[in-house]
Parts: sequence; C-alpha cells; structure tokens
Amino acid sequence: MYQLLYNITGNVIISTIVVALIPLTVILIYALFAIWLERKVSAHMQDRLGPMRTGWHGWLQTIADMLKMIQKEDTIAADADKKLFNVAPVLVFTGSFAAYAAIPFSSALIGSEIEVGLFYIIAISSLVVAGILMAGWASNNKYSLLGAMRSAAQIVSYEIPTALIVLTMAMYTGTLSLTKISEMQTAYFWNWNIFGGPEFGITKFLLIPFMIVAAIIMFISTLAEVNRTPFDIPEAESELVAGYFTEYSGMKWGMFMLAEYANMLAVSAVVSILFFGGYQSPFGYIGNTLNIQWLIPFEQTFWFLSKGLILVFVQMWLRWTLPRLRVDQLMTVCWKYLIPYAVVNLIVVGIISLI
Amino acid sequence: MKKYLQNTWQAIYTVLVGMKVTFKHLFTRAVTIQYPDVKIPLPERVRNRLYVNIDDCIGCDQCSRACPVNCIEIETVKAVPGEDLGMTSNGKKKALWVTKFNIDFAKCCYCQLCVFPCPTNCIYMTDIYEFSEYDRRNLVYKFSNLTEEEAAEKKANYEKFLAEKEAQKAAASKTQQ
Repeated sequence: MYQLLYNITGNVIISTIVVALIPLTVILIYALFAIWLERKVSAHMQDRLGPMRTGWHGWLQTIADMLKMIQKEDTIAADADKKLFNVAPVLVFTGSFAAYAAIPFSSALIGSEIEVGLFYIIAISSLVVAGILMAGWASNNKYSLLGAMRSAAQIVSYEIPTALIVLTMAMYTGTLSLTKISEMQTAYFWNWNIFGGPEFGITKFLLIPFMIVAAIIMFISTLAEVNRTPFDIPEAESELVAGYFTEYSGMKWGMFMLAEYANMLAVSAVVSILFFGGYQSPFGYIGNTLNIQWLIPFEQTFWFLSKGLILVFVQMWLRWTLPRLRVDQLMTVCWKYLIPYAVVNLIVVGIISLI
Repeated sequence: MKKYLQNTWQAIYTVLVGMKVTFKHLFTRAVTIQYPDVKIPLPERVRNRLYVNIDDCIGCDQCSRACPVNCIEIETVKAVPGEDLGMTSNGKKKALWVTKFNIDFAKCCYCQLCVFPCPTNCIYMTDIYEFSEYDRRNLVYKFSNLTEEEAAEKKANYEKFLAEKEAQKAAASKTQQ
C-alpha cells in the first residue's frame, strides 16, 4: 500500500500520512459501530431493546453521544497532576493505535511489513499499562489509584500466558511476521492454525486439541489485557466507581473508551491472525475464480474485519454473561491455571512439530 | 491433579452453559414497552386525574368534605332571585354560583372518595396519568368556568342583594314600630 502510494505521489510524507490514516479511520468507524453493538447486544441479552430513538434502532446514538462528549466541560480535579492527567488518555490511545501499524488488514494493506510484528504488538500494547498507571496516579483519587494498581497487576500477569502462547505459535510457524503467519494459512479453513495449520497426516490431528487449548488461553489472556469483563477489575464500577478513569470527563473519557474498543479489535485481530487464518478466506477467493486480481485485497479486508468483529462479539457476549472476577480469583486463573497449561502446551506442540 | 483438571473442566463447562443462556436471550423478544409511543391499556377502575364537569356542579361542597387531604377548595355564592343558572343534566335546579373550584393534584391521594358523594356525578376520574409539571403551582387545576371578574361581580351582586334585603327588613321593622 505504501509502495503503491509512493509510486503514485512520489512523496514520502503524503504516502506515510495516508497509510497511517487508514487504520485510524477504520478504528473510528468501528468504534462507533462497536459501541452501538455493545449496547444492542447487552440490551437484547437482558431482554431489553437498548437505544431506539436516534435513527433506526438507535444507530445514531453513538454519534449523538460523541457530539455530547465534545461539548462537555473539561474538568480536572484541583489536586491532580495536570500534565500527566492530560497525557494519560493520549498515551493509552497511542498504545492501542500503534498496534495497528503491524496488523495486516489484507495482503495489500499493511502499515509496516516488519519481520517482528508479533513481538512488536506485545511490546507496544504494554504502553497501555503506563497510560493507565499515569491516569490513576495523576487523578489523585483513591479509586483511580486502586484501579490503576489492579490494572497493572492484571495486565502484567496476563502478559505471561499471552507471551507463552505467542512463543508456541512462533515456534510452530517459525516466524514472528504477522503477514507470513497469515500467508501460511491460505486456501481453505482446514489450513488455519486452529485446525493444525497447513500440515498433513497424523501431525495435523495430533495438533488440533493443543491448538484449540492455545486459542482459548490466548483469547482469555488477551481479554484480560484489554480489561474486558470478566477481567474488568481496573474499572469495576460497583467497587471503584469507574476505576482509573473516575476523574475523567468529556472527550478525555472518550479517548479511554475509544482506546478500549480499539484494543478489543487489535487483540481480536491478533487472535484471528494466529489461529483463524488472519485475512485469509475460509474457502478460496471469488477474485481467483473470476480471475480479477484487484478484488482479492478487498475480499481479504472483508474476511479480516468479519473475523475480528466476530471475536469482538464473543468478547461482548462474555461480558454480559459472566460476573467480574475477584482479585485473588483473577490471579489464580492466571498463575495457577493459564500459565501451567500454556507451558505444557508449549512443550507438547514443540515435540509434535519436531516429529 | 484430578481436582485441578476437574476445576478446569468445570470452569469451561459452566462458562459455556452461561453463554448458551445469554445467546438464547439474544433472540427472545424484548419485554420493553416503548412508553410514549406504546402504552399498556389501563385496568377498568384505575384512579388517575380527576375531572369536574362544572356545568353539572351544584356547589354542594360534598366532595370537598369527603376529601381526606383537603385538596379540593370550593367557594360558592348564592344566586340572587331572578338569575337563572340553568339545570344540571339530571334535572336539578342550580342555586349557587361556583366561584372557585380548585383541585390541588400535588396533594391529591387518588382515593376516589370525592367521586362517590357527588349527587350529580360531575366529579369523576379520567384515564389521564401524565401530568407532571416543573412548578408545583401548575398542579392546581381550576375548574370554575367563571372568570375572576365575573366571580367578583356575582359576589358583589349577592352582597348588594343582602344589603338591600337588610335595608328592607330594617325599613319594615321601622314601620312596624
């Protein structure tokens, strides 16, 4: 994409800005849609209707909310550390936005085709912790501080099972490049990593259960990393008011929400790249059968976004199904269950792929 | 070890059960009523806002006396001879000008006790239940169809009539002596 724009415009800056704006537009449109979807999903799961009055079935509700948030007064608590307080939401959003740089939306639309994409995403998403801690500390509020501390404990803990599964997948696929991992799972859905990848024979069938376990652990730990229920103890509205963003209002609060939804799609994207074929179609391409090559990237973007959105929907579904975990339960799940399983999985997958 | 695996299995299984329940509810019909657009039909004998058909009111003050919270305020002036107030719908002759008939719905307890003693059935409960106001004073409903000037005029008329009567009486007693 960058190369194409560079060939057309012949200017480094313009092509960089255009390429950088594509994920931003995707995030903004998706966030508006996802917030509406979350309301609808939550409402229908509780036999309610949700927003109904602005637009058809309330689809304009998020836009109305956004306009409202822009108009809101920007309040800062008197004793807050103003500089950190203002930087924190931007940092949180930067962390989740920067992760999109390495995510391949299709074979043509990749921000940066780096060899260590997987590693980069794990590294950059840790920036969110810094932002959350900053927000909690600068607010000068006990609820915020507690929320931030819980968040730090949670995200740091859950990075370990994530890293172990990523390690498993890196070992299995032999690469850290997200594009290459996606390319491997081409053609049909039984080539997806969750079904043993593009292997043949007995190895494939031996791998399937371990891949499913890996996918589940990956999904759970990424869920915890983006602070979604049942792992939403950093915000915990019933115990901590709103956790680390208690003191925030208006558009800064909106930035946190935007970052949360952007993060949800980012981790769904990583899970779908690692296990569900990334941007690959589950059954061939229309572009290949009709011999129209330019159609394929669009199809790939469609498949990528639909896989991402399905996983986002599962995250919402879980949110409205499960109650919030207690802090000790959270740590138990991570250290006593996910990490041992992930380690065993790592060893077993290593042995199987050696055979 | 067995306990450990059992816990894992139970966690996954129970989560799946919960997810099944919520997924089912995703497709069941919502129980929400979109209130201002859709309203549930009211039961037959609901007690809501009172209405007074002032043309039928004879100013007997019975509803006001029956009211347990004194939210009905009635003032009447007798008609002077020669004034025709018309008839009520069930054929009673009206003898009083109802100069004031205020019901304060901020006080009303919707007990319907004022409705029963009314001899002409002119006070009754309607099915209107949305009458919230920003100012409490707007909840005082004035049912009298006489304007203030008219009421003052009727009052003055009656006083004049009384005064004349007194004068006549005085004159009569003077002549007797």
